Amino acid sequence: MNWRRGLHDGLAIGLGYLSVSFSFGIMAVNSGLSWWQAILISLTNLTSAGQVAGVGIMSASGGLIEMAVTQFIINLRYSLMGISLSQKTDDSMTLPKRLIGSFFITDEIFGVACMSDKVTFGYLTGLAVLPVAGWTTGTALGAVLGNILPSIVTNSLAIGIYGMFAAIVLPVCRRSKIIAVSCGISVMLALIFRYVPFLNEHVSSGFAIIICAVAAALAGVFMTPPDTEQQGGQVNG
Amino acid sequence: MDNSIFFPLLAVMAVTTYLVRAVPFAAFRRKIQNRKVKAFFDYIPYTVLSAMTFPAMLYSTDSVISAAAGAVVAVILAYKGKSLLTVAVGTCAAAFAVSMILTFIV
Repeated sequence: MNWRRGLHDGLAIGLGYLSVSFSFGIMAVNSGLSWWQAILISLTNLTSAGQVAGVGIMSASGGLIEMAVTQFIINLRYSLMGISLSQKTDDSMTLPKRLIGSFFITDEIFGVACMSDKVTFGYLTGLAVLPVAGWTTGTALGAVLGNILPSIVTNSLAIGIYGMFAAIVLPVCRRSKIIAVSCGISVMLALIFRYVPFLNEHVSSGFAIIICAVAAALAGVFMTPPDTEQQGGQVNG
Repeated sequence: MDNSIFFPLLAVMAVTTYLVRAVPFAAFRRKIQNRKVKAFFDYIPYTVLSAMTFPAMLYSTDSVISAAAGAVVAVILAYKGKSLLTVAVGTCAAAFAVSMILTFIV
């Protein structure tokens, strides 16, 4: 039952990934990779920003250390998400299950999973099926079909993933003033990293997200009155 | 791309990405007791998604105008508490409609 509920909850993510990874497939082939290499990257990494950066390094024949450091920084947010998600698991999530389940931690899977009180292995893997299928299929379609579809269609599909993020965040902001203010701070910091000249050239997008999110969450902790610190937990529950 | 360049880089890329995900999720087996630390990890999902969504959303289509239309529809539908799929589809539809108008009418 849990697995099927996860499967259902993963549908929106899967559809979103199908369109986002389509653009990745096109980009990878344009960077000199073959179609099967593009698919192999999506299948083994399951991450958007990291893959785009990784393909850039590959096409420049970059070094192995450069690749490791870049992936580490861009994907460091998954570590934070993993810790956050671990708080919703219990002893039924054994070490082997954690080692398998952690592969599926992406921004979107995490975002949907953290709406549940309790995250089981069944739910997490069920939730991951359609996103993995969508991510891999979309990459294959983009790599093989290339630019056959007009860009107006693919570009309009790419925004859907952000709509989904809004659908996760905004209802929670309505219920918790502290989370609403924290998210506002996070967006303001993101605007600074996007538009301030020196910062937008020298801070990678993955690293900027970590700085924004951590600073804003710390501000939220600072705003939380000592006797209502459970509020965040209730909001999630 | 030549496989002698591709495979070593792919291996490093995949292993690094996996370890960043797996190590914290596998290591944190206990519930966090400290209330401030707990609050931090309650807030983090939403601040991460906020920073990723805005302003990046505005540059996800072929024009800022169509993306802004998508963003407005996303905010309205999300604020009303519509499902993830409904909001995602509505966002795409709004951006697509405005892109069509900009391309073929304006």
